[in-house]
Amino acid sequence: MNKVYADARSALAGLLKDGMIIMAGGFGLCGIPEQLILAIRDAGVKNLTVVSNNAGVDGKGLGILLDSRQVKKMISSYVGENKTFVNQFLAGELEIEFNPQGTLAERIRAGGAGIPAFFTKTGFGTQIAEGKDVREFDGVRYVMERGIVADLSIIHAYMGDSEGNLVYRKTARNFNPPMATAGKVTVAEVEHLVKPGDINPDHIITPGIYVQRIVHVSNAIKHIEQRTVRKREKSPAAIGTGVQA
Amino acid sequence: MPWTREQMAARAAKELKDGFYVNLGIGIPTLVSNYIPPGMSVQLQSENGMLGTGPFPFEGEEDSDLINAGKQTVTELPTTSYFNSADSFAMIRGGHIDIAILGAMQGAENGDIANWMIPGKLVKGMGGAMDLVGGVKKVVVVMEHSAKGESKLMRRCRLPLTGAGVVDMVITDLGVFTLDKAGGGLTLIELAPDVTLDDIKSKTEANFKVANTLKQ
Repeated sequence: MNKVYADARSALAGLLKDGMIIMAGGFGLCGIPEQLILAIRDAGVKNLTVVSNNAGVDGKGLGILLDSRQVKKMISSYVGENKTFVNQFLAGELEIEFNPQGTLAERIRAGGAGIPAFFTKTGFGTQIAEGKDVREFDGVRYVMERGIVADLSIIHAYMGDSEGNLVYRKTARNFNPPMATAGKVTVAEVEHLVKPGDINPDHIITPGIYVQRIVHVSNAIKHIEQRTVRKREKSPAAIGTGVQA
Repeated sequence: MPWTREQMAARAAKELKDGFYVNLGIGIPTLVSNYIPPGMSVQLQSENGMLGTGPFPFEGEEDSDLINAGKQTVTELPTTSYFNSADSFAMIRGGHIDIAILGAMQGAENGDIANWMIPGKLVKGMGGAMDLVGGVKKVVVVMEHSAKGESKLMRRCRLPLTGAGVVDMVITDLGVFTLDKAGGGLTLIELAPDVTLDDIKSKTEANFKVANTLKQ
């Protein structure tokens, strides 16, 4: 069976329909499947529910699908600075369901693992818990949250083989591996496509079973949202997030 | 004199211990990384999937695949590891992180904290804040004592909560309070230089006790 497709458009052919739920990997603009997002824009499907930690920025990442008004609802933890998002939200054209980031990640992990619901302390006593089941275990109260399964997951990886085994790079990993498990169909774009055996099996993060289609994007677009640097003469650098130069 | 932002960060850094795994929020908490004593091993967690977060890169060495939770470019250390978002929050929610230092709009004498939304204003989302305050072993809030003449340390938060009964310590520009989440309330343990007990009482809405070891 061939999992490798020639381009992002053909990798999504036959998978897209109006009103579907799509999970999109990435944190901010880091590790986002932007070529697949562009192909969804070109396909023109509408009324999408998109599960993604963030909503891109204007004209970048998921901001592309907001600009083209293809998104009906976002399920996210933080939507940051996106003017298109704000305007559409204030005009009542876009729904948003905020999830605590860990709850979002766990809902995705649970969905992929066949777990329909789980209990977490996160959000207990806040408006996030309103209308949800609360149970006490060992004297602590927990909120029930549901697993999520998407019709389609689109993810970005650094390297993949034709079997769909994937490796990520640095913090571009983020939501991509759990989302790979939680899509009824998962399409991965990879910066480097190699033969089976070229990746050390000990280093594979996402096993190919979770990936139905794969596309090589040699032209992957990578953005930096907050470019922060330090001066060379400044020393010694403190560990941690550092002093802004 | 009330503490400056830098002095508040330096005071928060005194809560760190050798071997701690630490999550720092945005704003004053980020400055805490500059006050980690030399020789102390502290690993900073970035909830986007990194433990052992290094300083900002030198100009020209930025890597779009290497950012912190504030989406700022950072660097790797010899101790660095990477993991996915579900693992990152398992670390946070499973109680493996020793301390979270974060900012707040309001804190209350019952340990409640509010820092994610103001009704009527555009809401950007809570990100990882609710998970951090609910899951980390010790939660330290660093904030200005007052905003627009009103105490931010209150009897009850008036803004929607980020967490209920979760805060262990509050550091403001006027002093330091500990919080007994088992119902013992707030206790003032330190005052900033030249801040009097009467000053802080007049500027605090929350009820608090005064430690008999109060440092002035």
